[in-house]
Amino acid sequence: MRLLEVALDKNMKILIVDDFSTMRRIIKNLLRDLGFTNTAEADDGATALPMLQNGHFDFLVTDWNMPGMTGIELLRAVRADERLKNMPVLMVTAEAKRDQIIEAAQAGVNGYVVKPFTAQVLKEKIEKIFQRVSG
Amino acid sequence: MAHDENGMADFELRLKDHAKHLIDSLERGCFGEAVESIQQINQTRDQGLYLEVGRLTRQLHSAIVKLEMDASCNGLKGEASQITDATQRLSYVVEVTERAANRTMDLVEDCAPLVGYINYEAQSLSEDWRCFMRRELTPEQFRELTKRIDSFLGRTTESSDKLSDNLNNILLAQDFQDLTGQVIKRVTQLITEVESSLLELVLMASKVNQFAGISHDQDELRAEHQKNAAASLARGEGPQMRADKREDVVSGQDDVDDLLSSLGF
Repeated sequence: MRLLEVALDKNMKILIVDDFSTMRRIIKNLLRDLGFTNTAEADDGATALPMLQNGHFDFLVTDWNMPGMTGIELLRAVRADERLKNMPVLMVTAEAKRDQIIEAAQAGVNGYVVKPFTAQVLKEKIEKIFQRVSG
Repeated sequence: MAHDENGMADFELRLKDHAKHLIDSLERGCFGEAVESIQQINQTRDQGLYLEVGRLTRQLHSAIVKLEMDASCNGLKGEASQITDATQRLSYVVEVTERAANRTMDLVEDCAPLVGYINYEAQSLSEDWRCFMRRELTPEQFRELTKRIDSFLGRTTESSDKLSDNLNNILLAQDFQDLTGQVIKRVTQLITEVESSLLELVLMASKVNQFAGISHDQDELRAEHQKNAAASLARGEGPQMRADKREDVVSGQDDVDDLLSSLGF
């Protein structure tokens, strides 16, 4: 685990996408507790996609159920974009149907956290994603 | 409802009567009488239909008044209907819970640096204190330490006042539960009433279908329902209720992890 801590770049730029500002704030605070302070926010996929295309982000944390463009649509758009397709994506959502989780996995999600979640779970999933990405 | 059944029975009786006449006239070769019977059958059907549509219109009107969806129906011009009122109430719940969440997070963020200072300074003082216990400090260093301890005690007292104040305010920020609980209970009650009124409407509509001889393609309806369900899955459905009792829903993060690892994640 210590090696992993070194591998995790605390300066990486993270985009948090959720339509509820309180949830964005919670995730932002938890990420800051984990040492990630370089974050930006968007309230749905349609706002997030141009930010991702122009903003040199390293990691995307997104909700599923949002007005406008949903998280699953955003994930597909990211995977279809030549420059973004390798970006790690973590879904943090209340969507809990097995079919939906399978759908997200097939669309190429890197991690899936169901709400309500704990700080510990968020930390584990982020570490696992970057362990796999770097390994 | 008894009246409806009488209407239906009467309708059937008259149809049977006319039908008998029709067959009778045809067998006797009286085509003029037969055509007349056909006309009477048509008339009976039309009359039944008009009666039923008339009754349906009245029932529909009273159902709408009961639903109070349209405020102009009960002379409440200018006042919000119950549905509009319920929508406003639910928006209020969203607003109040959001305010409480933000207030709580403000207070927590306000506490963080205070706790950070106490933690940092206590550790640093402990180290120096241990040096003092081991008699490693010069009188000059000891005077410095007492000053720091004095200032630490002062700031800790201040900080703990502030922390206890913030904790109290976090507690108070949860008072929305009482208000939102009452609002949601009222809206739930309204939804139950609306549901039973809608059920009545469906029953009425099926009566008209019976009279007019309309039938619906059940397979088509079911296919459409399935299509809608698939679309709602893609849009997202929000939190699932009774997740622990359902097969198609995961009951927590462990379930998600198991499912993903079964998919090779």
